[in-house]
Amino acid sequence: MKPAPFAYLAPASLAAALAALDQHGYDAKLLAGGQSLIPVMNFRLAQPGVIVDLNRVPGLDQIERNEAGGLRLGAMARHSHLEHSETIATLAPLLSEAIPYIAHPQIRSRGTLGGSLAHADPAAELPAITVALEARFRLQRANGERWVGAEDFYRSLFMTALEPEEILVEVAIPPLPANTGHAFLEIARRHGDYAQAGVAALLTLDEDGVCRKARLVYLNLGEVPRVAYQAATALIGNRPSPSLLDEVARTAAQEEIDPTDDIHATAAYKRHLAYVLGKRALQQAATRATRLVEG
Amino acid sequence: MNKRAVEITVNGTVYSDEVEPRLLLSDFLRHNLGLTGTHVGCEHGVCGACTVIFEGEPIRSCLMLAVQADGCRLETVEALGTPEEMHPLQEAFHEAHGLQCGFCTPGFLMTLLPYLAENPDPSEAEVRAAISGNLCRCTGYQHIVDAALLAAERMK
Repeated sequence: MKPAPFAYLAPASLAAALAALDQHGYDAKLLAGGQSLIPVMNFRLAQPGVIVDLNRVPGLDQIERNEAGGLRLGAMARHSHLEHSETIATLAPLLSEAIPYIAHPQIRSRGTLGGSLAHADPAAELPAITVALEARFRLQRANGERWVGAEDFYRSLFMTALEPEEILVEVAIPPLPANTGHAFLEIARRHGDYAQAGVAALLTLDEDGVCRKARLVYLNLGEVPRVAYQAATALIGNRPSPSLLDEVARTAAQEEIDPTDDIHATAAYKRHLAYVLGKRALQQAATRATRLVEG
Repeated sequence: MNKRAVEITVNGTVYSDEVEPRLLLSDFLRHNLGLTGTHVGCEHGVCGACTVIFEGEPIRSCLMLAVQADGCRLETVEALGTPEEMHPLQEAFHEAHGLQCGFCTPGFLMTLLPYLAENPDPSEAEVRAAISGNLCRCTGYQHIVDAALLAAERMK
């Protein structure tokens, strides 16, 4: 179980990393935290010709408040740093709450935000969290850049909008509206394993306790993070009563996800998980939002 | 092969060597430096046996290339005590029966060392979360948790 030979580049600047991608195209693979890439290289499921290691590129690991009052996160910010950031706990508590579910402490020491997002594992937490938070990703290439919304970024299993010559360098998370409650829940057979199902919920209430915005996003219940639009529509304009939340979660689990059978669970069981987790997450988000309204 | 020069500080000693880029850090420690205290179990980041402390944080040395550690500092289980004079964490594992075959032990120790430094008074549940990335196949976790709590008590 050792990687096949490859050429190793450790550029000391973003420009040099982009130039390397330009030169090597599909032969090159970016190495961020390596917590997904190195295992598949050890198994020789991946045998990239060129490794472009981003760990020597300075300035890609910032965790800070941006001008809009949201978050600017560098792609090389590591899970363990995101996990313990007060700035994130204040501005995007949903993100802080989800990170401890990612694998184990030793993995979180190395794993990076950008690596997880670009890997696009359907069972990963961060893709679903960034979709829930309506994050935008800055994709840099040698001769320019573009911004892509998290929801448009995910195309299919392990497939994203990234072109081979692009690097995901920054994640921008917009500020949350006032009175927004959040929740993240998942079920895994053991702590740190890939989740069988997970859900992120954000619920915004006005001063009268009426829902003005809602976001319910499922992980590992489709090829990409699944946004429950009908659920949001059903919630907006209404008070989040337990019966409404139950009904919304039940409908979403029937109509807005696409689970498949695997060796651990049937699709029907995963729909059940989605219903129960969705209901609990909505209830928790509603409780937190209500607390914020009541100050 | 296309070898690269690296200079890596392990347990306070600076080692210079030339390595293939594909050489895993775990293999570098064991084969190139002869520091065989770091054990290699699964080689894909599941078992935690190869945990070492890299720049102050616990990592899986099978999921890092040796070239990536160039210019960096790391600690392995050899940084702890000797058979005559064990580290309090090792002593606690000994006394609380925190090991049988011992294969997973270096990984547990190197996971717990930085954890207890930052969390000197953990609850049992917190210890279990801290060691969730380390597998033991013979002792069972109860005695390992006991050992960690005993060590925490003594290391305060």
